[in-house]
Amino acid sequence: MAEVILKNVSKIYDDNTKAVDNVTINIKDKEFVVLVGPSGCGKTTTLRMIAGLEDISEGEILIDGKIINDLPPKDRDIAMVFQNYALYPHMTVYENLAFGLKLRKFDKMEIEKRINEAARILGLEKYLNRKPKALSGGQRQRVAVGRAIVRNPKVFLFDEPLSNLDAKLRVQMRSEISRLHKELGATIVYVTHDQVEAMTMGDKIVVMKDGRVQQIDTPLNLYNKPVNKFVAEFIGSPSMNFIRGEILVENAQLFFQSALKNLTFLIPDRFKAPVIKHSIQQVWLGIRPEDIHLKTENTQTDNQVILESKIQLIEPLGNQTLVYSTFEDQQIISEHRGFLSSRKDATEQFLIDKNKIHFFDQETELRIETL
Amino acid sequence: MKRILLHTVLIFIAVITLIPFLWMISASFMFDGHASVFPPRFIPDQFTLMQYERLFERLSIAQNFINSLVLSLLVTVISLAFNSMAGYAFAKYKIKGKNKLFNLLISSMIIPAQVTMLPLFLMLKWMGFINTYMAIIIPGLANIFGIFLIRQYCISIPDSLIEAARIDGANDFLIYRKIILPLLTPVLATLAIFTFLGTWNDFLWPLIVMTDDSMYTLPVALANLMLEHTKDPELMMAGSVVTILPVIIVFLALQKYYMKGIMMGSVKE
Repeated sequence: MAEVILKNVSKIYDDNTKAVDNVTINIKDKEFVVLVGPSGCGKTTTLRMIAGLEDISEGEILIDGKIINDLPPKDRDIAMVFQNYALYPHMTVYENLAFGLKLRKFDKMEIEKRINEAARILGLEKYLNRKPKALSGGQRQRVAVGRAIVRNPKVFLFDEPLSNLDAKLRVQMRSEISRLHKELGATIVYVTHDQVEAMTMGDKIVVMKDGRVQQIDTPLNLYNKPVNKFVAEFIGSPSMNFIRGEILVENAQLFFQSALKNLTFLIPDRFKAPVIKHSIQQVWLGIRPEDIHLKTENTQTDNQVILESKIQLIEPLGNQTLVYSTFEDQQIISEHRGFLSSRKDATEQFLIDKNKIHFFDQETELRIETL
Repeated sequence: MKRILLHTVLIFIAVITLIPFLWMISASFMFDGHASVFPPRFIPDQFTLMQYERLFERLSIAQNFINSLVLSLLVTVISLAFNSMAGYAFAKYKIKGKNKLFNLLISSMIIPAQVTMLPLFLMLKWMGFINTYMAIIIPGLANIFGIFLIRQYCISIPDSLIEAARIDGANDFLIYRKIILPLLTPVLATLAIFTFLGTWNDFLWPLIVMTDDSMYTLPVALANLMLEHTKDPELMMAGSVVTILPVIIVFLALQKYYMKGIMMGSVKE
């Protein structure tokens, strides 16, 4: 098992477009790192560069301290699981699993031992003599994972492995891959566009956009301390609500005022220092859906702000209810426990928890850091 | 009612198409002159193999048969190998100017074969291959239609299969041999039929490049037979049976792949 280091890695295509721009990531031994971002953000290209399927235009990639830029894929000691499984359709499951081992001249006994072991871990014992077309989606996915496991590589690379599965299976495979990670003690680089997958599986998440790394952090830190508006919006479902506004200074106190002046409140002191230091005025107020509550009688505390908003749509999900409303032409989503009855088009008062708010500079979109 | 009508029409057409074939087979088993009596007979009065004996013993058609068989098999095998490699490369390799080169190749298909015959003949003569097997094998080494057919089929093979094999440790030839070729089976079978039939049935080119009787292929030999034995329809029919029999066998053997090949591309799985 091994550590992977990407040093200022870029991918520049012939027409000068930068698919990956100066990416630096340190992946520790046995770490489960998830690359996440919207489509076209360069996450898959980054993975393919680690695999050796794409040339590295600039920078270096090291596995176990050794620069592997010019090594062909087979000599990098990696295994990759593809989005469409990429099973060899004319071979049985056994032959699929054995293919890489045979090419590496393992002896028959060893191949059989490894395949049986992998089949046991993945529950594929019964299907070894079947062809891929006789397997279900989940089983194919397992074979694809098995093909990686039998090789016992230094690094496992997963390229959106679950996106072709239905929702239920995806949840199941998600936990299975997490279990495998613990069982094998493997270093894993995992690419997905699904932030839920990223949050649930990763030890460390790399959020990418337009070829650049936005933030590398643990799932909780990403959620609670996103570096910028993009990360704040991308991580979390439903995503964070934003209200455009500005910060006003009055009597040495900071106030937030929304663009159409329907919301004004005193900003907690923790924002004071950074706001004054960077003389920030135009901001986005960010608030997560679960930190907005419908006001019931006399429940307001000092730490809460009232937001009046017109309800557009109510989505009862059973265990919770999503309320879509508009405030100054911006959509606000709030999440409520249990079932909630309210009328469409009614104007309701919502409470925002001041301890949970974020501010983002409109110019740089960076979060105003508070410690 | 509609079905019955349809089937009647189909059976009628099938019978019309098949009668000459059946008569050919039947006549080849008749004694001299029995095929030209009036009214015509469809079943021989007396069954005989004498026409075949004459073909093989007196006219050394066995040699022509072997020529045809060896040439057709060789051309089929060799051209399948080259076409599949070229088609695979055109479909999957990243080569600068690849598509331009391919378009150039495709556009050369509009040149009629007859136009190229003379220069080709001169080239082969210069190489010293006239009246040898090479004169037929070399022009058939690869053909653009075959490359095109395989390229189109190859495009539908996902890149990730090739990448997975590369990560698994396969080099380019192994990927071609172990992954691509097995997946190409249907289109290879189709192309094998086309190539085999084309070479087997080709008349003009062998006539041009072969000068010895012993080097003739079956169609050429059969044509000579017709000139020499115009009055023996039974003998000519026996020659025709010998000529088309292997073709029918090849077609029937590969038919199930062939049907797959015809349908490919029309329906996405």
